[in-house]
Amino acid sequence: MRTEARERLRAARLAVFVLAAALGAGVLPAQEAAENAQAGKFGADWQSWQADTDVTDMASVQRGARNFVSYCLGCHSLKYEHWSRLGQDLSIPNGLLEKDLLPPGDKTTDYILTSMPAADAANWFGKTPPDLSLMARARTHDYLYQFLTTFYVDPTRQTGANNLRLPTAAMPHVLSELEGLKSAVFHEGPKAGGGTEQVFDHFEQIAPGRLSAAEYDGFVRDTVNFLDYVSDPTQTARRGLGLWVVLFLLVFTWLAWLVKREYWKDVH
Amino acid sequence: MALTSATGSAVSLPAHPAPKKGLWGWINKRLPVTEFISEQLTGYYAPKNFNIWYFFGSLALLVLVLQLVTGIFLTMFYKPGELTSFDSVQFIMREVDYGWLIRYLHSTGASAFFIVVYLHMFRAFLYGSYKPPRELLWLFGMAVYLALMAEAFMGYVLPWGNMSFWGAQVIVNLFGTIPGIGPGLVEWIRGDYGIADATLNRFFALHVAALPLALLLLVVLHLVALRRSGSNNPDGIEIKEHPGPDGKPLDGIPFHPYYTVKDIVGVGVFFVLFAIVVFFVPTFGGLFLESPNFEPANPLSTPEHIAPVWYFTPFYAILRAVPDQRLGALLMLLAVAAFLFVPWLDRSPVKSMRYRGWMSRTALTLFALSFVALGYLGLQPAEGLYVLLARIFATIYFLFFALMPLYSSIDKVKPVPERVTYHAH
Repeated sequence: MRTEARERLRAARLAVFVLAAALGAGVLPAQEAAENAQAGKFGADWQSWQADTDVTDMASVQRGARNFVSYCLGCHSLKYEHWSRLGQDLSIPNGLLEKDLLPPGDKTTDYILTSMPAADAANWFGKTPPDLSLMARARTHDYLYQFLTTFYVDPTRQTGANNLRLPTAAMPHVLSELEGLKSAVFHEGPKAGGGTEQVFDHFEQIAPGRLSAAEYDGFVRDTVNFLDYVSDPTQTARRGLGLWVVLFLLVFTWLAWLVKREYWKDVH
Repeated sequence: MALTSATGSAVSLPAHPAPKKGLWGWINKRLPVTEFISEQLTGYYAPKNFNIWYFFGSLALLVLVLQLVTGIFLTMFYKPGELTSFDSVQFIMREVDYGWLIRYLHSTGASAFFIVVYLHMFRAFLYGSYKPPRELLWLFGMAVYLALMAEAFMGYVLPWGNMSFWGAQVIVNLFGTIPGIGPGLVEWIRGDYGIADATLNRFFALHVAALPLALLLLVVLHLVALRRSGSNNPDGIEIKEHPGPDGKPLDGIPFHPYYTVKDIVGVGVFFVLFAIVVFFVPTFGGLFLESPNFEPANPLSTPEHIAPVWYFTPFYAILRAVPDQRLGALLMLLAVAAFLFVPWLDRSPVKSMRYRGWMSRTALTLFALSFVALGYLGLQPAEGLYVLLARIFATIYFLFFALMPLYSSIDKVKPVPERVTYHAH
């Protein structure tokens, strides 16, 4: 049931790929994806997965904020964002903000900080979990999407999990209760400098999570969308203002050209 | 009424004689405002056949002013220091009213500065604008370019992102390749044993005070030298050699109003493109603001590829194309310094490419292609095919200068017309 849902999602994404191919863009990735899908190799094309988020989709950003507070804030801060700014930008009324999002004891004027002491965190995980305020700009949202969707079971790791996007990541798979558990299947492949190495082939779902594949995908996209907003909170306002500035400049340039043409009538 | 001077030669009165009465007269008695306007603008005659390449000088001046003004506002909120720089930039981006706009104008302005300056320099190659009597004009221009490089490099360190840190590390270490004094010099530049708080603060001082003053002075000298020789033009003809009965060049038109109204159109077009970048793609896909710079400086974590901002990458590619670091640094220096010698390397009897033969044209085309190709290669990892290509293009780059005395003198040139070619629109 679970893998079926994920296959449906893959199929939908494939349709987009094939459409892009038909338009003459990215023929090869589409073919590759199609072959992988036919062979039932879920995850083989993970490097081409895109977050496809839309930061103007307010409902999605709001859900992402909820996800962040529930699953990320335990370890990660957003030290450049105030709670009140979050409420304002995401149209969350103060009452709701305080009741549902604000950790007990925090004020809306505070920055969004984790309560986990940095020194302890460094002891527990080997490194302090990074601040996520700018992560979407430092790494791109596709990177974050791929990171949150390519965790797999790896008994050799202390956390029991490993990641394709960030191999030997210090972060445990904290979303496993939602996604369930995947194992990664590797095969022998040629190494760049000669010899062979283990190359990732595909994922296999070994235990279900609380969410269906499609639901988990939506959960990750919303979270990434929220991190995109936080990384550049003025971006929507910037684009809105930019439209008017460019329109004004076009009119200005046109008028300036008329003046120039008039003056240059004297030059022979 | 014809006027003659004491020696009998014809003189012309300024278009607007200085007023004698009222406040304006009072000021002019004490400050030559009217004279300045009539000498520098209404009485300055520029060739009438300027084409699109001639917009970039005034645009460079515009961007300089833009950088100064936005820089002043950034300085009001920016706090130099290892512990404060990165946070204060984020404070500007998020909490200062329109701080993001000021900062993006400044960061986009840096790249725009180099775009217009590179096009401005290419124009000089196209029409031989560095040839006599404009050698000093060219040298002042090159001095502006060098000061601009230092200004941009130090400005890039100030946000104290991870690429700021590692970029500074790589560039400052280049001085370490100088035999003998190298290591001591590097320490003196940094003011510490590594790129640190002391380095950041001195770069701030140089970026906001010393270098802008130097830039302004050099730009003034560049303009004064321009006024002495007059502008070159796409035909490479000296318009002063064909004066009319009034002593004014027949092919010249007053800078104001003709070129002021024309340059404003150029400003409009430039600002449209500029605004599109500032408002819609301020990082320009990681070219104008590199993604590792959204992480704070971290001496323990080297970015995957250390690449300077795009305007330095042609020289960076040359640096990395050479296996020996000292030789690489030397060639990189030579690649910049080569421009200084161009007025004396070019032996062509004509200025403009319009009247030069296939050799000069091919050489310039190959050079421009190499410059762009090296710029691309400098952004790629230094491995395999990229290094090979960088070596090929670096060779073409240096051959353009080294062989210039040869091909520019044997190249067959076309006859240059007496007067400029101009078709009224």
